[in-house]
Amino acid sequence: MQLSIEEVKRIARLARLAVTDAEADAMRAQLASIFGLIEKMQAVDTSSIEPMAHAQEVAQRLRADQVTESDRHELLQRGAPAVEAGLYLVPKVIE
Amino acid sequence: MNWEIVVGIETHAQLSTRAKIFSGAATAFGAAPNAQACEVDIALPGVLPVLNKGAVERAIRFGLAVGARVAPRSVFARKNYFYPDLPKGYQISQYELPVVVGGSIMISTPDGNKSIRLVRAHLEEDAGKSLHEDFHGSSGIDLNRAGTPLLEIVTEPDLRGAGEAVAYAKTLHSLVRYLEICDGNMQEGSFRCDANVSVRRLGSDKLGTRCEIKNLNSFRFLEKAIEFEARRQIETIEDGGTIKQETRLYDAERDETRAMRSKEDAQDYRYFPDPDLLPLEISEAWIAAVRAAMPELPAQKKERFISQYALPEYDAALLTSNRETAAYFEECTAAAGGAAKLCANWVNGELSAALNREDREIGQSKVSSKQLGELIRRIVDGSVSSKTAKDVFDELWAGASSADAVIDAKGLKQISDSTALERIVADIVAANPDQVAQYRAGKDKVLGFFVGQAMKASGGKANPAQLNEIVKRKLNS
Repeated sequence: MQLSIEEVKRIARLARLAVTDAEADAMRAQLASIFGLIEKMQAVDTSSIEPMAHAQEVAQRLRADQVTESDRHELLQRGAPAVEAGLYLVPKVIE
Repeated sequence: MNWEIVVGIETHAQLSTRAKIFSGAATAFGAAPNAQACEVDIALPGVLPVLNKGAVERAIRFGLAVGARVAPRSVFARKNYFYPDLPKGYQISQYELPVVVGGSIMISTPDGNKSIRLVRAHLEEDAGKSLHEDFHGSSGIDLNRAGTPLLEIVTEPDLRGAGEAVAYAKTLHSLVRYLEICDGNMQEGSFRCDANVSVRRLGSDKLGTRCEIKNLNSFRFLEKAIEFEARRQIETIEDGGTIKQETRLYDAERDETRAMRSKEDAQDYRYFPDPDLLPLEISEAWIAAVRAAMPELPAQKKERFISQYALPEYDAALLTSNRETAAYFEECTAAAGGAAKLCANWVNGELSAALNREDREIGQSKVSSKQLGELIRRIVDGSVSSKTAKDVFDELWAGASSADAVIDAKGLKQISDSTALERIVADIVAANPDQVAQYRAGKDKVLGFFVGQAMKASGGKANPAQLNEIVKRKLNS
């Protein structure tokens, strides 16, 4: 299976990746080989097998409903590029 | 041309856990920005989500209450999109295998009860909040809400028109509060609805193209938004246009819906199972334990009110429409020492009217259940007439401490002392010989004249039933 250049660009946009035409072309070839592998796997009859949601056959462990975290926003915000009044500042978003 | 308005509703109910769904940060409303956002909530690299048992338990409680299947195994998935208040770049939700499947909710409509089928209810995390006020051209991000547990409850398109949609939303709102899984505070966003609206010609069984109206956080907005949107779609079609499937926002100030700036890829969420979370397994034993601890549900409470308090169905339905009103009624009846029907009349009548006048919830009533019960006790024992009791109620509403204090201070105590009433009536009979003659000549209406005069002479405090009887006796003697 071969994706079109438009499809590659659309996937890149969804992932917020800026790709040049040359890169998109290269990725298209790489993706095609990945799809080749998937096609091989899909040739196996799995109709009687329940799909796995996780590689390990164990169930989710649960945490008690207890507050264990205290307010450490000053520490956590030390790595943020811009902060004001306790808020993280980001380029303006308008809906 | 007659049109049918078809509505399905998706509700986000914020679950009332203390901690977040995948972290140990607090969920309390109104904290300082980012004071309740830990490493997991702000998505620092290397953190792992661990599921909160309290959130799952609340989902089970909901599933049992609506007669749904609680899935023995469900799976969390990543819903991928970019927005600054979603620091991971994906929301953890459930997709193909939700925790609650099916079920139904009974609503009451002008044409009788109607069962609304549920598709599913799934667990997911909320996003943070973006503040677009003036931050020198930037937006401010508060991640306190990020990771708050939500139960998204989805109906089939079974609702017809805004009225049924509002009836459903109110019933669901009451139910989640009964179950104590959500505080239902709509101003704080704890209970918000998205409405999927489409129209079709009456009699058609094919669904029209739907538009989704997002984030309706009051019953009134839900109603208005659906009404506007249905009208817009009908007019579009009647003018020869077609409806485009899209997401719309309701603008309350202009009372209209409009298309959100279209994000061409917005619908492509590329869900996949979250590798950070294992499948959620819910044992039969756990479900049984949750079932054993279920609180009384609205329908059960209504039946109990009918049998225990001998109330008509109508009163019982009104009183149990929300948990707080039901509790108020039971406390009021206890304080009144019985007289359940009279208490019901007061709660559904005078109290409800006073609350409506000031747009208050019953939890914010200026007259407590105990105060009202004690007032009703005084009606029952004949201390005050129902009419005087309304004045006492107004005093209580205005801040008076108790019914007895108002009755004493204002001298409102009804005169049930028969000697005193006999004396008043005797004086009036003696002073009005003409009217006495008329009455004795067969003019029964004159009785009212005597009762009125006597009531006036008593300062409005005579026990009306007793007064009536004394007047009759005196005139007939």
